[in-house]
Amino acid sequence: MSTPRAIVLRAPGTNCDEETVAAWERAGAEAETVHVDRLLERPKSLDAFGILTLPGGFSYGDDLGAGRILATRLGALDEALRRFHDRGGLILGICNGFQVLVKAGLLPGPSRATITQNDSGRFECRWVRLVRSPGARSPFLPDDAPMELPVAHGEGKFVAESADALEALDRSGQLALRYADEHGLPTESYPANPNGAPRGVAGVVDPTGRIFGLMPHPERFIEFIQHPRWTRLHPRPEGDGLRIFRGAVDAIR
Amino acid sequence: MLWHLQIDPAPGLSDSEGHRVAAEAADLGLPGPWSVRSARGFLIEGDLDESDLRRAAEQVLADPIVETFTIAPCRAEGGARARARNGGDSSIVHVLPRPGVTDPVAESARAVLRGLGLAVAEVRSVRSYTLEGPADALPALIRRVLANDAVEVAVVGELALDHLGQGRPYAFRRIEIPLRSMDDAALMRTSREGQLSLSIDEMRTIRDHFLDLGRDPTDAELETIAQTWSEHCSHKTLRGRVEFDGEIIDNLLKQTIFKATKDLEADGLDWLVSVFEDNAGVIRFDDDHDVCFKVETHNHPSAIDPYGGANTGIGGVIRDPMGTGLGAKPICNTDVFCVAPPDFPAEALPGGVLHPRRVLKGVVAGVRDYGNRMGIPTVNGAVVADERYLANPLVFCGTVGVLPRGKAFKSVEPGDRIVALGGRTGRDGIHGATFSSAELTGESEELSGGAVQIGNAITEKMVLDALLRARDLGLYRAVTDCGAGGFSSAVGEMGAALGAEVDLEKAPLKYEGLSYTEIWISEAQERMVLAVPPEHLEELVALCASEGVEATDLGRFVDTGRLTLRYHGQVVGDLSMRFLHEGRPKVVRKATFSPPPERPVPLPDRDDYTPDLLALLHDWDVCSKEWIIRQYDHEVQGRTVLKPLVGPREEGPGDAAVVLPVRGSNRGLAVGCGLNPRYGDLDPYAMAGNVIDEAIRNVVAVGADPDRIALLDNFCWGNPERPETLGSLVLAAQGCHDLALSYRTPFISGKDSLYNEYSHEGKSLAIPPTLLISAIGQVPDARRCVTMDLKEPGNTLLLVGQTREELGGSSYLKILGLSGGLVPKVDPPTGLATFRALFSAIARGLIRSCHDLSEGGLAVSVAEMCLAGGLGAEVSLRDVPCPDSAAIDPVLLFSESPSRFLIEVRPADVSDVLDLFAGLPVGRLGSVSDPGAGPPRLVVRGLQETTLIDATVSELRARWLRPINDHGFDPVIHPPLNR
Repeated sequence: MSTPRAIVLRAPGTNCDEETVAAWERAGAEAETVHVDRLLERPKSLDAFGILTLPGGFSYGDDLGAGRILATRLGALDEALRRFHDRGGLILGICNGFQVLVKAGLLPGPSRATITQNDSGRFECRWVRLVRSPGARSPFLPDDAPMELPVAHGEGKFVAESADALEALDRSGQLALRYADEHGLPTESYPANPNGAPRGVAGVVDPTGRIFGLMPHPERFIEFIQHPRWTRLHPRPEGDGLRIFRGAVDAIR
Repeated sequence: MLWHLQIDPAPGLSDSEGHRVAAEAADLGLPGPWSVRSARGFLIEGDLDESDLRRAAEQVLADPIVETFTIAPCRAEGGARARARNGGDSSIVHVLPRPGVTDPVAESARAVLRGLGLAVAEVRSVRSYTLEGPADALPALIRRVLANDAVEVAVVGELALDHLGQGRPYAFRRIEIPLRSMDDAALMRTSREGQLSLSIDEMRTIRDHFLDLGRDPTDAELETIAQTWSEHCSHKTLRGRVEFDGEIIDNLLKQTIFKATKDLEADGLDWLVSVFEDNAGVIRFDDDHDVCFKVETHNHPSAIDPYGGANTGIGGVIRDPMGTGLGAKPICNTDVFCVAPPDFPAEALPGGVLHPRRVLKGVVAGVRDYGNRMGIPTVNGAVVADERYLANPLVFCGTVGVLPRGKAFKSVEPGDRIVALGGRTGRDGIHGATFSSAELTGESEELSGGAVQIGNAITEKMVLDALLRARDLGLYRAVTDCGAGGFSSAVGEMGAALGAEVDLEKAPLKYEGLSYTEIWISEAQERMVLAVPPEHLEELVALCASEGVEATDLGRFVDTGRLTLRYHGQVVGDLSMRFLHEGRPKVVRKATFSPPPERPVPLPDRDDYTPDLLALLHDWDVCSKEWIIRQYDHEVQGRTVLKPLVGPREEGPGDAAVVLPVRGSNRGLAVGCGLNPRYGDLDPYAMAGNVIDEAIRNVVAVGADPDRIALLDNFCWGNPERPETLGSLVLAAQGCHDLALSYRTPFISGKDSLYNEYSHEGKSLAIPPTLLISAIGQVPDARRCVTMDLKEPGNTLLLVGQTREELGGSSYLKILGLSGGLVPKVDPPTGLATFRALFSAIARGLIRSCHDLSEGGLAVSVAEMCLAGGLGAEVSLRDVPCPDSAAIDPVLLFSESPSRFLIEVRPADVSDVLDLFAGLPVGRLGSVSDPGAGPPRLVVRGLQETTLIDATVSELRARWLRPINDHGFDPVIHPPLNR
């Protein structure tokens, strides 16, 4: 079996690239950080990779809205990205990367959506519980065990273009990951749902399941002691977030 | 053509900025109510038509799903219509940055629009408000909520402008200051009017120097000297001569803080790498890495523009590790704020002073927006409230960095190119260094607006990305940051031992019109200066370009001993480095201190101290800071393994955060701090000991090795020209020396900020003497770390350390409104032995939870452990280790004696723990309650076994959380326009 290769695309203001590379490596992939300008210069270099990641941060300062500028720049890669996707490539957008994928129109598809300011009106860093939606199919979500991960964002509320579009996404299983309350049920209530996203949407897949974007940060929970309550818990071999990376690696191998 | 693109929330969607304004107006007690609708937008100038703008708005500037937009041309004659409308019920107010103020959103918009092929000349961001409310109160609303006059303009009505001029061409004129012919009065006038903050002695020395040279100085030369000799840059008070009650101290810093470090090194302490010589202190971390730490203040700018001041404060201190050695990677930030009580009555505010609530919200937002964008977790901090910070809030920001071993030193060789990296130079922050060395006045806001800057975190992040790559390729020999004084101090310091030649016209500018002197002293943010061997210049410039960062060759370092400035070939400055760095007349200051008479304090003798505990939990210094902490990303980089908020609800006040500097290794770094200005009022020497002890306690409480702790000092004092003020500083510095030596905890870096006074209408208000001590401690294995939340019912609670009758300066006396009493004193041998014993116990896994005792003493500490763990406790004061004189219930409950911890131990481990603490004061306090029947409670019994405190944990928690909920600290986010 060959080792899957993951590209971690960085732009000015990206700031989670290092830990995202570490997460891919821990999951068994070879990972490499590439500046978006290099990819724009040579779009074909994408062909050498099986996985594309857009990590978290504040690309271009989020100056025109979260992820907007990088999304606009990715417009020039439209063809290369489609080719990548069509040949089975996996795309993961985390936090700012999720915002980019949505604003670039790569998620959710076929309808459009956006990600907007949290209902609380402020940036927040906190841990959340997450559950996979029953109909979700994606290599990034290989099992239905609940996860705990941190969020850190001011604009994380997923908004579909219409109520009908949201309903359609829900029915097709594209609203793949949800914020859950203490009983493990999807929730719209703060703070378990930190941004007020309808139906508790925390992560979304495209119709193929091969593009996945989520607001929480799986790369920040790879080791047990990254958990906020580890001093109260029995040691575990690894953090929940690793499952997302390993799922992708296993699917590519 | 100038267009206004206005972007509104789509109908039916929430307008959080509008809500913020209305809520804040009510919160500040302005006449109301106000109904507010807000919009964001852009002023866009260029050869564009409406369809171009429509396309731009649809593609990038507005969100098609949650926003709508309108496009309208701007005209110069808009003003007439606006005046006619002013009588109506609703008003429109536009807020935009003043010309020259950094506007990152507009810069990004301009770049993107040009990328779309549009002929955009200039862009400015704008917020627009439609307001309904009492028209009389509109000016106050604008001034106090909508805009900060220091950096923004508010336009009522329509925007009457048709272009966005950002500067005019500069016509070169070499300016000389006729210093040689000046008498004392003229010298002082020159110093004052030029905002040079130079004393008469210093002005005379400069005049005499130029008399010897037979010429007058240029403005650039005089400014360079003023920057270099400023208190901010040269620390002339602390490094000067002090006559302290007859005793001569030649260099206070050298004889106290530095000396402790040097003596420890001489005594075999071998893990220091570079201390007190670079932008941050460097210590060894593991076989392959060093770590460095620096804490800075940004007080004066934060008083005028809290957001911009704190924003550039954190941006500035991040550049310190970046400019340490050959460059360190920042891995975590700290912040500490001293403000007046946020419930201070608005009507009692002196002129020109912002309300403390606005200050606190603003500084938190400033740190948040910069730190989060840089991707550096903010993991530790504190807030202290005291009315004397009303006009002089203190903002301390710190950054820890990690660098590979062998990269901690730099050198400059003759012929090396002087390369400026990063942001462009504008008029931002002219006179920052000299401004921060002067007192604030009621007019400072007007006079010194230019000294306030706005940062652009992404520019700095790009500089960091480029810098670390260039470092690893070995492309430069030295690096430093542009801080106060801009190029003048960065180049002046790097070239101090050699000499430098600078061609000022080469500096990339944000806009036209800067004079050579403005270029030289501008404090525009996000700039670094490198010394680059000529053979690497091309590669460096190319590497930076590939990261989108400008690297500009400004000149070269030369072996002449002179600092030569040119503008298009004309010499505009030529100073001897020796005069610049050694020519300043030594400052001689008098100091004295007469301690306030010791006054015993009558403590209340009550049956029930529950209300006292509840009041303490409600106090600004003690209460939950969650509203601040959660606005900071404390998880980014994935290093934070002890978070600032702990326990099952993730809300308990952790003693110190722990980060893992090296990926893949569990060796940790614990970051903590200590400060308590109330002790300093009574006994500055004892204050120093206590705050050192507190900073160390905090890191030891989570598992740091007490033999691997380094300290930083930050002295913030009033006017040192007043002998009493300086006297308290001398005593505090001596306290630092003595305890650092006893505890074997070296100081590795520090900073002072003096002149924190405010004068208005003949009255002067000085801050209390404020010493912040920051500690970084090393944790051999972070998997052994301990948090402060109670873990399991049935566990035993032990109190370690001696409790004495030490309530002077305590939180308890503060809430009772009493003063006097004895300030706590550190007993170094017992303290150090306690730290070492606790470290052993934690390293062996014997401790389930641990919390230090500080503000509010034992009562607050045990209450915090309960509310953090969601568990109750039953404790008795009978076994509290104490001398007979302290065996009084309220003393045992609320005394703030140092070096004490409350620890939770499994019953099976108690005897092992007691063995480790053999010979040290330790007492069995009680146990974690069984959750059995009813809600968890904290019950404390006194010496006579009567119940002194009995409260449910949820009641304790509610009081501890309440100040957040009561004072409008909830949903606040600054809108776009980076504010």
